[in-house]
Amino acid sequence: MSRVLRVLEAGPGVTVQDLGRPGYLSVGLSRGGAVDRLAILEGAALLGQGPLATLEMAGYGGSFEAGEDMRIALAGAPMDARIDGEALQWNACYLLRAGTRLSIRGVRSGSYGYLGLGGGIETPEVLGARSAHLAAGLGRRVEEGDVLPVGTDPHLERHGLGLAVEDRFTGGPVRFVPGPQTEFFAEEEIARFCDTAFRRDPKASRMAVRLNPEGSGFASAAGLSVLSEVIVPGDIQITGDGAPYVLLAECQTTGGYPRIGSVLPSDLPKVAQAPVGAEVRFQFVRLEEALAIETRARAEHDRLAGKVAPRIRDPHEMRDLLGYQLIGGVTAGRDEES
Amino acid sequence: MPSDQDSPAKTSFPRIRPAGVDGFLVSFGDKLSEPANRAALAFRDAVERETIAGVEEASTSLVSVYLRIDPVSVGHQVIANGLSRLLERADWYAAELPANRKFWRIPTVFGTELAPQLDEAAKMAGMTPDAALAMLSSARVRVQTIGFAPGMPYLGLLPEAWDIPRQSGLTPKVPVGALAVAIRQFVLFGVESPTGWRHVGQTAFRSFQPEAETPFPLRPGDEVVFESVSREAFEAMKTDPTGGAVSEAIK
Repeated sequence: MSRVLRVLEAGPGVTVQDLGRPGYLSVGLSRGGAVDRLAILEGAALLGQGPLATLEMAGYGGSFEAGEDMRIALAGAPMDARIDGEALQWNACYLLRAGTRLSIRGVRSGSYGYLGLGGGIETPEVLGARSAHLAAGLGRRVEEGDVLPVGTDPHLERHGLGLAVEDRFTGGPVRFVPGPQTEFFAEEEIARFCDTAFRRDPKASRMAVRLNPEGSGFASAAGLSVLSEVIVPGDIQITGDGAPYVLLAECQTTGGYPRIGSVLPSDLPKVAQAPVGAEVRFQFVRLEEALAIETRARAEHDRLAGKVAPRIRDPHEMRDLLGYQLIGGVTAGRDEES
Repeated sequence: MPSDQDSPAKTSFPRIRPAGVDGFLVSFGDKLSEPANRAALAFRDAVERETIAGVEEASTSLVSVYLRIDPVSVGHQVIANGLSRLLERADWYAAELPANRKFWRIPTVFGTELAPQLDEAAKMAGMTPDAALAMLSSARVRVQTIGFAPGMPYLGLLPEAWDIPRQSGLTPKVPVGALAVAIRQFVLFGVESPTGWRHVGQTAFRSFQPEAETPFPLRPGDEVVFESVSREAFEAMKTDPTGGAVSEAIK
């Protein structure tokens, strides 16, 4: 018995992530951390703990085995998850018993799923966080055979809970504000940008998501002679061929491409989670409006813990109950996972 | 070098502008100049010392300061006012360079197959490869900002002849430690990266050493000479993360 999570199999994009390392911009290290920060907060709410280190799973999870009983929380992009073959709901927390096998397969929508653990993953901290920052050479991908230490969990009995989550896994409208380089773009070009439907390119990483416009790309008066300037997650860079890249958690800290504006922090998870081919549109909002939106989003984050509630109609937890019902001659239809 | 012509017009700079919902950008110019770079470095240091309500983090680019802010807790206008008051307190363009600067000598192989674009860059700068090597390996350049990748310096200014554009196509990949040149600047790559800058030298220096006591050895204001060494000398330094670099305090 030991407080570890054994990795029996892992997809190609599994990393340990928390909320990253703020404070290192001046030395060229971007904050990093989960590309869907909201998922970290949701996982934390489900487990009734802080935003501890979690597994981020791009597109596909893996198979895991607990060294001793531990709680898990499933958040972010919904994936096909089972414990010893028994299907699990997403946006929920469960008890993973020692020796049982958790398997998490492909995403059903969205791009990044998150596996949180009661007590959090306790790999060593580097520069104040556990997040892998692959672009900076910090940490590495999680691989088959890894044994991840897990922290102690004071709330082992608290599971069987779920959280109702608004869909942010299918693209859609994304709000952005103007920035210091918006003036490089002609008004007609900005208007056309807001009228254009984009589709998420297969090329995406924790650094940025490329969006392909329907119709021609976008150009600025500044061309490619812009002085390198600070860039941050959310910035919309227009590259040489006119397609926008929305920068994510692991972006570089300076860049020379002109930026048409910045996506609101509370809409950034929607960009990161947009699956390949999903339609994304940009809506221009004024700074005052954006601040009101962010203020509401912050309040929502504070309310997450209060929205966690016992799950209903969950086959995994109903296993024993079903047994009794069958004995009584009553058949119960298994709910399809939605 | 500072002259009235070099100083950005005070009518338009410094400028404070929102950068996203949760940031401000204080710009001291729209092109690289020595006074604007000094202003950015000095203003960032002042922001760090002063603690302006709502400001969570400050970093510089070449001629501006980015401030990450918490506008939900402290409104944009209050934060902007705080920045304005600090801006008015000094002539930032005339500021001293940061304190506790270091002078570095970083061994570098210029040219050869390790740094294949020396000849091409020399031609653009209008000189022979030998003259280019002599000039680049003796130029004492200053770290103007750290950015792009962890610890990665932008250094300048090189002599006028090196006001060469970036190449139109990208080099798919330069290795860690690559020294590349464009627009009177060097960049010393901290990560393997594609680039439009021309790869003229190769060092064994790592600008980010996560396990070291000082993970980010270079700081803005530090001065550097990329001393030419032989391929053999370079090979011997490859296993040392400092790449044979030595530093001393600038008094």
